[in-house]
Amino acid sequence: MQEKTLIYDGSFDGFLCCVFYVFEYKLKNAKIQNEFVQQNALFSENEKITANKEKADRVWKGLKTKASTISTTKIYYAFLSEQAGVENILLDYITYIFKSNKKVDTDFTNDSVLKTSKIAKNVSREKHRMEAFVRFKLTKDAIYFANIEPDFNVLPLISKHFKSRYADQKWVIYDIKRNYGLYYDLEEVTIMQMEFPKNFDFSKTDKNFFSEEEFEFQTLWQNYFKSTNITERKNMKLHIQHVPKRYWKYLSEKQP
Amino acid sequence: MSFTRTLEKLKILADAAKYDVSCSSSGSKRTNTNKGLGDATGMGICHSYTEDGRCVSLLKILLTNHCIFDCAYCVTRKSNDVKRAAFKVQEVVDLTINFYRRNYIEGLFLSSGIFKSADYTMERLVAVAKKLRLEENFNGYIHLKSIPGASDELMREAGLYADRLSVNIEIPTKSGLKLLAPDKNFDDFIKPMNKVKNEIIQYKTEKKIIKSTPKYAPAGQSTQMIVGASGENDFQILKTAEHYYKNYNLKRVYYSGYVPISLDNRLPKIGTEVPMLRENRLYQSDWLTRFYGFQTNEIVNLNHQNLDLDIDPKLSWALRNLHEFPVDVNTADKRMLARIPGVGMKSVAKILMARKYRRLNWDHLKKIGIAFNRAQYFLVCDSNIFERRDLTAEKLKAKILKNSKSKYDKMLSPQLNLFS
Repeated sequence: MQEKTLIYDGSFDGFLCCVFYVFEYKLKNAKIQNEFVQQNALFSENEKITANKEKADRVWKGLKTKASTISTTKIYYAFLSEQAGVENILLDYITYIFKSNKKVDTDFTNDSVLKTSKIAKNVSREKHRMEAFVRFKLTKDAIYFANIEPDFNVLPLISKHFKSRYADQKWVIYDIKRNYGLYYDLEEVTIMQMEFPKNFDFSKTDKNFFSEEEFEFQTLWQNYFKSTNITERKNMKLHIQHVPKRYWKYLSEKQP
Repeated sequence: MSFTRTLEKLKILADAAKYDVSCSSSGSKRTNTNKGLGDATGMGICHSYTEDGRCVSLLKILLTNHCIFDCAYCVTRKSNDVKRAAFKVQEVVDLTINFYRRNYIEGLFLSSGIFKSADYTMERLVAVAKKLRLEENFNGYIHLKSIPGASDELMREAGLYADRLSVNIEIPTKSGLKLLAPDKNFDDFIKPMNKVKNEIIQYKTEKKIIKSTPKYAPAGQSTQMIVGASGENDFQILKTAEHYYKNYNLKRVYYSGYVPISLDNRLPKIGTEVPMLRENRLYQSDWLTRFYGFQTNEIVNLNHQNLDLDIDPKLSWALRNLHEFPVDVNTADKRMLARIPGVGMKSVAKILMARKYRRLNWDHLKKIGIAFNRAQYFLVCDSNIFERRDLTAEKLKAKILKNSKSKYDKMLSPQLNLFS
């Protein structure tokens, strides 16, 4: 049987609708692919699937009856990894869950269960890192602004954490890799897009945009970071393991 | 706040506070209910790591490094010729709030040298915490030091604002304390620790009846012991830790490899290496007792007073107890699964879930993520291939070491050469 590739819009609902389609037409060799990610599946027939909230909800509800919340959360986390081919691993996993009579979502002897769990763990680690590595800078408009460039699309996962923590200050966390951000206006968090001046340097603090006290607190923080280090115990390998170099450019304490 | 003056103080008082290793910011469950600043509900967060690989979670500073005591192991001791400084209460509050707003920290860890008297010092620590909670509406994490000898009344107040309180034992034996900190009285350490323990129990009981009872030190108490300063062995250290865990319900005991900072001939010379490997083995043992169901006596005892440096304490226990092995992964209970070298608690949980579906073989176990090099000699699974020879402990150890690479190889090599 010829392989069929389902093309979707990159949204989680869109992905779930592909799953819906696979079951509706009882497809055997289906692949799912994000339309914004180029791939060359040569000999396959393509089918464009439009996202539909109702269908997506049906799949999601069905999953919830056959798998624990931990497992369905893992599916969502793994999806946000945006890793090439993750949709197909998830399709395998979801198919395995739906086709079995018993609950099998924690069968760690199954490849797709284990793989999903591992990818979800990576995403969860990145989420936790962003909760740690976001560095707010106070702008002249009294908004705390931070830019990030996470490996995975974790903004939807960290929104709640920052909302409950910084309830009394306005803040923005902007993913410059995916060009969208979260804005909290003391009431709600909204998703938004921003335009930045050309040549805007995200790793620097521009005095045209940021408040004067911002520079003082960065200096205090940098000096605190230096003073609290014990040189006799220097261990750069461990340091880099905890704070991989790709995160350094937006950490004020790691600026030269 | 005068920026240059604060900067100078921060450098001095952060430098003096860094030998306190506690960094935990979890376990508090303090929610942001009043639209204030901060939330300490989830797990702790390490916001950064210093170049020594230690986590930066809290703004860890001393209120002052003026001190009336002369403890040999401490940089802040009276006789040490260092720059002294003292923060004002408001300065600490401003630093904490502004660092927190920028997501640099989870909260404040405030300790202090003892100036004038224990109560005078404790009063000021409490004043900082009180101001943060009541005036700044701050719900982040606050860890305060309990000053040895502080009054019960102050300790009771401290617990109402702080998430965690700690008194550092520093020296595990009474004789060591007498030698290195002659001005300090052992009972002075115990008094605030005991008071806080009793308050925690009382508040918890009351909370069961009256829901609005305020939180009292919700993240509990901890302490710290210096390792390698006063000649104590691992048996003494771990037994002391066990004593405090049991009798004072401590959440954590920290072990701090002694960093030589003094020319005093009662202490290791400056330039002596920090016993980091030993410290690591102590933490591993601590974990075994807290999470793996081990008793301290199984790890160290009169016949085995020091931990092995070349192998981890679980493997060391297994080699001394070969009669308990091999363990059948498909039938063993959780307790025994947790005792297999190379199998951590995460793998134990996965094994327990996965074996409901089918009998597990090597392939499954490797994918689940066990450390095969160690585990292979200690378990049987659904496979015909397993270690059938009756190897002695020495043979097994040699086999495992041959195929493993430790990050501590460099530190171990002179020793290994002696025996190989």
